[in-house]
Amino acid sequence: MFEFFVAPFLEFEFMRRALAGSLALALGATPIGLFLLLRRMSLMGDAMSHAILPGAALGYLAFGLSLGAMTIGGIVAGIIVAMAAGLVARASILKEDASLAAFYLMSLAAGVLIVSLRGRNLDLLHVLFGSVLALDDASLLLIASITTLTLFALALLYRPLVLECFDPGFLRGVSRLSPVAHYGFLILVVLNLVSGFHTLGTLMAVGIMILPAAAARLWATRLPTMIASSVIIALASGAAGLLTSFHADVPAGPAIVLAAGIAYVLSLILAPGGLIGPRLYRRPHLEY
Amino acid sequence: MSEPVIRFRNLTLGYDRHPAVHHLSGEIRPGALLAVVGPNGAGKSTLLKGLVGETLPLQGGFELGIPADEIAYLPQISDIDHSFPVSVFDMVAMGLWRRVGGFGGLRRQDIERVHHTLAKVGLAGFEQRQIGKLSGGQLQRARFARMMLQDCRLLLLDEPFNAIDSRTTDDLLSLIANWHAEGRTVLAVLHDLERVGRYFPECLLIARELIAFGPTAEVLTSANLARARVLAEQFEEDAPVCHRHPDETPV
Repeated sequence: MFEFFVAPFLEFEFMRRALAGSLALALGATPIGLFLLLRRMSLMGDAMSHAILPGAALGYLAFGLSLGAMTIGGIVAGIIVAMAAGLVARASILKEDASLAAFYLMSLAAGVLIVSLRGRNLDLLHVLFGSVLALDDASLLLIASITTLTLFALALLYRPLVLECFDPGFLRGVSRLSPVAHYGFLILVVLNLVSGFHTLGTLMAVGIMILPAAAARLWATRLPTMIASSVIIALASGAAGLLTSFHADVPAGPAIVLAAGIAYVLSLILAPGGLIGPRLYRRPHLEY
Repeated sequence: MSEPVIRFRNLTLGYDRHPAVHHLSGEIRPGALLAVVGPNGAGKSTLLKGLVGETLPLQGGFELGIPADEIAYLPQISDIDHSFPVSVFDMVAMGLWRRVGGFGGLRRQDIERVHHTLAKVGLAGFEQRQIGKLSGGQLQRARFARMMLQDCRLLLLDEPFNAIDSRTTDDLLSLIANWHAEGRTVLAVLHDLERVGRYFPECLLIARELIAFGPTAEVLTSANLARARVLAEQFEEDAPVCHRHPDETPV
């Protein structure tokens, strides 16, 4: 038991760093993913993660594999695409999903093109799939900072954000915080995607946001429990994925996302809100 | 006579240059209990949206005799996401927004006020229920409770009894009657003319433009209603530019 679960982390520093990184990511990105899910914006998160690519790629083109340049490039590109898509949705007849799809497809193409200008396939792989097993001090610090900022911002924005999710008309009626909640939330999405981009890569960053959130949605009925259980599932997926990667010698990023995927599939089958769950927990009906 | 709560000055609201509310003028006095009536597409909802600033005037405007945060607005029920995990208590407590804002906590007396208000609308014991588990009528009761906690002087209701059964409607109408007795001003968009006649002393009949405004019995005549039906259906893609009241410039 000890050999299997604990020894890899005691023995190897890169495993400890990977664990710290994926735990920090789970703590911040998963609650954001839950709000994306509840706002029916899951696919929007996916689109946004691709939108980050050309910014990060431009940073890479100018400065090589520099953490700062790629991070700032990614954040700027993500925010530009989010705002532009919102603007197009409001000012043209296209809905937000269509306008986002258009922007992110262009972004993805531009991103891959820019990275390949510099020429090394290994770097392209790094950008697309992240490098959770090679996190340096600066990357860890960045991920932890983004998570800290996210948790404080969520605590502060919680009430306006919840209202913005289920009754935006009421929020607009009583206060001017509606755009603050909406755009503040989008900025948090972009920040966490950049954080996920360094660990899991652009293509899979959304995995750790949405899969644990979807699993938790199937178990919990109240929002606070839902947030807590999604974070627990994400933390467990991070550890399980790293251990699988270590013992079975498979890439860590996909292993983490697949671990969260297994949690989702199990929940889908067993949870009260899932497929078989409602039959499993069937109890006699009440008088009234 | 005190200041009117709302004074419409040649107000025109609309979409894509087509007027939905056309050259509306008039005054609504404090404490009025007013039904806004008209056929579908008459601009009733647009009028309420204009009052809360969600739609900007194409021409003219209106003046409020009260601060803007003294308006409580109940849009049509379809605007709510029922599946969102939030409890009845939490949803209704948001009516205290003016006191607690986006970040403040609830004090003990606030919590008691929420419980008290829930009891008043007939939802005692439903505090921890998720809003997704409420029936349409119960959800509307919860929204009325939230509106009561907002404690505003002008209340705007957009088709509050759509798809609501008659018993719930009667309960909610008696709440509206209480607000009227407390001296609040109420504007409600309604379709049920029989109920309008019974509960609402005043009536504003619109069909894109003002048909009649005054005591309900004088407004809801068959001649007025027939005229409203004809006017609401007029819509031409290439209608000429309107030149009524050329002294008013667009806002």
